[in-house]
Amino acid sequence: MPANTLSNEQTVAGVFDAEAIREEFPILERRVHGRPLVYLDNAATTQKPLPVLRAEDSYYRTLNSNVHRGVHRLSEEATEAYEASRESVRRYLNAASTQEIVFVRGTTEAINLVAATFGRTHLAPGDVVLISGLEHHSNIVPWQMVCAERGATLSVIPIDDRGQLRMDEFGRLLTDRVKIVAVNHVSNALGTVNPVREIVAKAHARSIPVLLDGAQALPHGPVDVRELECDFYAFSGHKVFGPTGIGVLYGRSALLGSLPPYQGGGDMIRSVTFEKTVYNDLPYRFEAGTPNIAGSIGLGAALDYLWKLDWPGIRAHERDLLSYATEQISTVPGIRLIGTAEEKVGVLSFVLQDVHPHDIGTILDQEGIAIRTGHHCAQPVMIRFGIPATARASFAFYNTKAEVDALVEGVRRVREVMGV
Amino acid sequence: MRDDLRSLYQEIILDHNKNPRNFRVLEGADRVVEAYNPLCGDHYTIYLSLEQGVIREITFQGSGCAISKSSASVMSTMLKGKTRQEAEEWFRRFHHLVTEGLGADEDPESYGKLAAFSGVNEFPARVKCAILAWHTMKSALQDPAASTISTE
Repeated sequence: MPANTLSNEQTVAGVFDAEAIREEFPILERRVHGRPLVYLDNAATTQKPLPVLRAEDSYYRTLNSNVHRGVHRLSEEATEAYEASRESVRRYLNAASTQEIVFVRGTTEAINLVAATFGRTHLAPGDVVLISGLEHHSNIVPWQMVCAERGATLSVIPIDDRGQLRMDEFGRLLTDRVKIVAVNHVSNALGTVNPVREIVAKAHARSIPVLLDGAQALPHGPVDVRELECDFYAFSGHKVFGPTGIGVLYGRSALLGSLPPYQGGGDMIRSVTFEKTVYNDLPYRFEAGTPNIAGSIGLGAALDYLWKLDWPGIRAHERDLLSYATEQISTVPGIRLIGTAEEKVGVLSFVLQDVHPHDIGTILDQEGIAIRTGHHCAQPVMIRFGIPATARASFAFYNTKAEVDALVEGVRRVREVMGV
Repeated sequence: MRDDLRSLYQEIILDHNKNPRNFRVLEGADRVVEAYNPLCGDHYTIYLSLEQGVIREITFQGSGCAISKSSASVMSTMLKGKTRQEAEEWFRRFHHLVTEGLGADEDPESYGKLAAFSGVNEFPARVKCAILAWHTMKSALQDPAASTISTE
């Protein structure tokens, strides 16, 4: 990717046709409470296009068998398909090698893997793990656990009133006691795109590795981990229009290869005797047990699908949708947007006077509109803004301005129902 | 407005949400129990003062959605002066009402103000909001050592 990590690309965009692409996502034809579904909960999970549905179905119909084991034909074909998916992931991230692509259950497991293995070998009493005030619980709790175990400290880059990382504070917090920096590429609760290139550069200047939680970034286009120069990159399949229960940890091979195994079992070994076990090479050393084969193949299909899309066009569409939504929802009296960063993806987190977000969610649901309400697994973000919860509408490329209009109309209905 | 929504957000509920009754700290309470739903952030403290098995005062403080707040408020107005057994019987009836709905042979008026919550059972995700304060009240009555009641 060019200069910026996600948005504001300088490429001239084609016109992206969101209406046409919706036909590839069968669930979008559904009705809810008698109304057409308006699915605006894409930061929680995305819908699946036909190629993903077909890939999983066809795997079970024609290939199902265990991988890396059998000499029989089905096992060979399943192994080939499984490894082809690893190549699809490598391409989407522009990783140097498929050795750097570890299949896991999701972002949560990817971060737990790094926290456990890196933490066990690199953290000593008094050391610091540096995260940010924008993190999802999955990039907080694993570090808290390993810090407690190792006598290390968790340190947090604060955020400003717009929901952006305080980079001045980051500079101050980045001491030589910091052993790893772990931040999200894009915030799930607010949509903020973090200046990850600057974070990596500053950390690397002190030889500190960086893990990026990319769960909310990859649905908005491919990234280039070599260009970002990050050491680890984690994401979930279900947020990139693929299946649930599958995700990826990318690890730069020199660092990944130096880490001890995470879980023990089959597939992660080269040989086992009761006296000594020799571990397998990358990436299999981190893939103990029969993997989620169908999920991996579905994920590969999702990334192959995304790879062929017109990303400059999509970015223009998503930017347009976000600015239209921001403008339109701001016309509703009593709306306060939470998270107004300069660089954002399509996330509108908001509160409406003293109406609790759950009431907003229930009323919108009656209109067929699906949004997320609550703390979005990012309670520290809520605390920072002094609110218990927000209502969050999050967009994917298949969303349209008509759906934004439905949302805004729905929020006006909330005012009417709640008598505010 | 759509019928389902009107049945959920009835006037009584909106009124108690806007102007919750007995919404204060109770000095010298015998039982103080927190009600917390970590998923949605509903968070209340329920205060009870008891005298020979009778609820002399019941108040609450905190924040949450309209359903949870109005439910706590209506509960507080209904249970003052009730015996422990009566309060538990009301818990049982309220639980039945929000999980099963109003039976065909039941008279809504027999539920008094609680009848306003008869629409909740059409919204399974909101049952726990309605029941949060009631569960907390019940634990406070039964267990003098109860501190936090959590529903998810």
